[in-house]
Amino acid sequence: MTSLTRNADHAASEAHNREFLVFSLGEEEYAIDILKVQEIRGYENVTRIANAPEFIKGVTNLRGIIVPIVDLRIKFHLDTVEYGGQTVVIVVNVGERVVGIVVDGVSDVMTLTPEQIKPAPEFGVTLSSDFLSGLGSLEDRMLVLVDIDKLLTSEEMALVESVGE
Amino acid sequence: MDITDFYETFFEEAEELLADMERHLLEIDLEAPDAEQLNAIFRAAHSIKGGAGTFGFDVLQKTTHLFENLLDHTRRGELTLRRDIVDTFLETKDMLHDQLDAYRNEEAPDQEAFTRICQTLQQLAREEIGQELEAPSGTPGVADAAPAAQAEPAPTPDSTPADSQTTESASGEQTLIVALLNVGEKDRGLLVEELGQLGTVQDQHGDEARYEVTLLTATGRDDIEAVMCFIVEPDQLQIEPVAAAPAAPSASPTPPEAAEAVAASSASDAAGAADAKKAEAQKAESKKEENKKEESKQEGSKPKAKKAKAGGESSSIRVSVDKVDQIINLVGELIITQSMLDQTVSELDGITHGGLLNGMSLLQRNARDLQEAVMSVRMVPMDYVFSRYPRLVRDLAGKLDKDVELVTEGESTELDKSLTERIIDPLTHLVRNSLDHGIEDPDTREAAGKPRTGRLTLSAQHQGGNILIEVIDDGAGLDRDRLLAKARDSGLSVSDTMSDDDVWQLIFAPGFSTAKEVSDVSGRGVGMDVVKRNIQGMGGHVEIMSRKGQGTTTRIVLPLTLAILDGMSIKVGKEVFILPLSTVLESLQPSRDDLYAMAGDDVVLKVRDEYLPVVAVHSALDVEGAKTELNETIAVIVQGEGRRYALLVDDLIGQQQVVVKNLETNYRKVPGVSAATILGDGSVALILDIADMHRLNRAKKEARRPQRATTDHSTLFRTEEEPS
Repeated sequence: MTSLTRNADHAASEAHNREFLVFSLGEEEYAIDILKVQEIRGYENVTRIANAPEFIKGVTNLRGIIVPIVDLRIKFHLDTVEYGGQTVVIVVNVGERVVGIVVDGVSDVMTLTPEQIKPAPEFGVTLSSDFLSGLGSLEDRMLVLVDIDKLLTSEEMALVESVGE
Repeated sequence: MDITDFYETFFEEAEELLADMERHLLEIDLEAPDAEQLNAIFRAAHSIKGGAGTFGFDVLQKTTHLFENLLDHTRRGELTLRRDIVDTFLETKDMLHDQLDAYRNEEAPDQEAFTRICQTLQQLAREEIGQELEAPSGTPGVADAAPAAQAEPAPTPDSTPADSQTTESASGEQTLIVALLNVGEKDRGLLVEELGQLGTVQDQHGDEARYEVTLLTATGRDDIEAVMCFIVEPDQLQIEPVAAAPAAPSASPTPPEAAEAVAASSASDAAGAADAKKAEAQKAESKKEENKKEESKQEGSKPKAKKAKAGGESSSIRVSVDKVDQIINLVGELIITQSMLDQTVSELDGITHGGLLNGMSLLQRNARDLQEAVMSVRMVPMDYVFSRYPRLVRDLAGKLDKDVELVTEGESTELDKSLTERIIDPLTHLVRNSLDHGIEDPDTREAAGKPRTGRLTLSAQHQGGNILIEVIDDGAGLDRDRLLAKARDSGLSVSDTMSDDDVWQLIFAPGFSTAKEVSDVSGRGVGMDVVKRNIQGMGGHVEIMSRKGQGTTTRIVLPLTLAILDGMSIKVGKEVFILPLSTVLESLQPSRDDLYAMAGDDVVLKVRDEYLPVVAVHSALDVEGAKTELNETIAVIVQGEGRRYALLVDDLIGQQQVVVKNLETNYRKVPGVSAATILGDGSVALILDIADMHRLNRAKKEARRPQRATTDHSTLFRTEEEPS
């Protein structure tokens, strides 16, 4: 194969490569599409909202915009949920909305080729496979690829007004 | 560049032209019509026609064409205006508006309505001036050649009145050389294509500096210019009749402004002063086009243009509300940052850091000024609202056979843009009511010793942080006995000893109407309660003053803006909440003697001679660490949606103005909370919804009842919310 065709192949596959932001919840590694991420900031100054589900920590001020904060650790029933200086909020754009999600930590940005993304198997009850775009396999690591759009707009997240209300 | 890029510009401009047209039609004095006004109306129709032709809005173009011809006869005094003719013109204007809307929504305009309006206009022409209007052709301005020839020279460089008259009036068709100066290749293609639609392109040659197109066309030169001006600047265009062309120098050294002045003055010699005015107005219009063009260039794909009103110089720009809101947000952030800095700096020693402290106080002042200035950007004059009523009143009065004069006062009073939009519906309803029920018909008025013409006054004025909008009529006034009788029939509890004010409030009860018969104007009784609800939704209230035989005044009191709220900050546990100050009546420290337990765990508080239900914020909103001993807390007496109750809080912090932030932008409606705000330390505080807090409290109590196994709070609240 000449170098020319190899380059072309490379370019073609690169077009389908996707970049993911990898974050950790407890021992597990999750990833979301980097294009959805607006910024990463610390967990501070969150105002509680009464009568909201437990995993909705409240709202915070993001440069003049009121943004709800969701703790995925509580949503995914992790054992230890602590808030400290290292607790990280990933601010994501979902449709027209801006939402902050609390995670244990952000590790890195990974590029995955289509071959590395495997379809997600049927899961348990906590995290329906509807909210997953697949599993990313990376040598000895496994990333759970979360479809953040679907997850955050889903009815059970109670972030958006359900239809008919 | 695509021609569709200019659609939005055209729609906006056409809409303003139509509004102008309506204003002039309403103002016009039938006895002695002002020539300038007639011209203005004609010009508006003419400009819309030109644009419609360019963009291929066929129906719109044909309608305006007929309309324009009639208007032309009018301004030349061949058609004498009467009230019914003005009515027809207004109707035509409405039709044009409908067509415009249809094009805007990319729908086909109503063909039937189009045919009907054409017939109406033709009939009017037959009856009044005894001639058929020329049928609209596919291209604009077959019939235009005549008025153009007679009326004025086009404001084209190098043209003289004589030229245009000879070439244009000789036959319908003429050969023109259209020269495009410094027009890029892309635009040129578009322009030639446009010209092709106006006539036959016989020849085209040249370079970018000067590109000549020879065109055989029946279209008048000012029409061609009007069409082209959507794409190029007027001074990039030269149109010459071919007969005069060979002599015309290819480089025209005369600046267009000067040339126009020459054209204008020679026109005044030839055809009189009125034409000069028109030529000047056209000049102003072409300037407008220039402005618009420049702006649309800057705005790129989303052209937003600003037009001057009635030919005056434009001194304002059109900006999207989103942009303004963004600036307001940023300034709010600046204020917060500034107050955080202020706190840090205040701990420094004043002597060693004098300069810094001075700078800080200067910054504070500037920041506040900036905030005020930015907030004022959102304010628009009430004229924006009032200007739509002359038409409504005229139409309604005609329908009801009443003579009504509309007077508006305080049009320049400013109000937040979002509020002006929401006030229109309730105000329209009140105006309709006044006309239908308030003002009597001329004979009744005369019998009562009042002038035959009724008077309806709309006024607006500022009072403190509020705006008062009044609808005043000099009609019959409310009938106390009839209201009471009607209230009894409807099963409302009333007594004959009620105060007048309480009786007047009855008309706001749902389903209440005293109209003797239901008309299509009002009287179905669905109105006033909606009016009241809408106005309460804006944080205002309605008052009625009425005297029998002398008229009724309905007063709407509104806060100036929704973006800022006078709030009282309170503390419960460690959390801070904001109460809208307008809902707070008083606050007091309840003593144990004034608190009475009721069935269940309800508590009422005796304030003077009144027993008020008690709502504890900490229980309604599950606040931890709040004071639970009733007599340690503070009771804030609040009123919302007519309900009065005592809200128990831990502490009052103080009063402050807060910037209202919508929670639903990124989240959802929260029970008991209307919005949020950002406090001086950058944290978010929730603004409580007083009426909703009461409902929330009841729902909570229901949920806590032991016999109802409460599983999930959120489901309960969701059902509770549903009716809203």
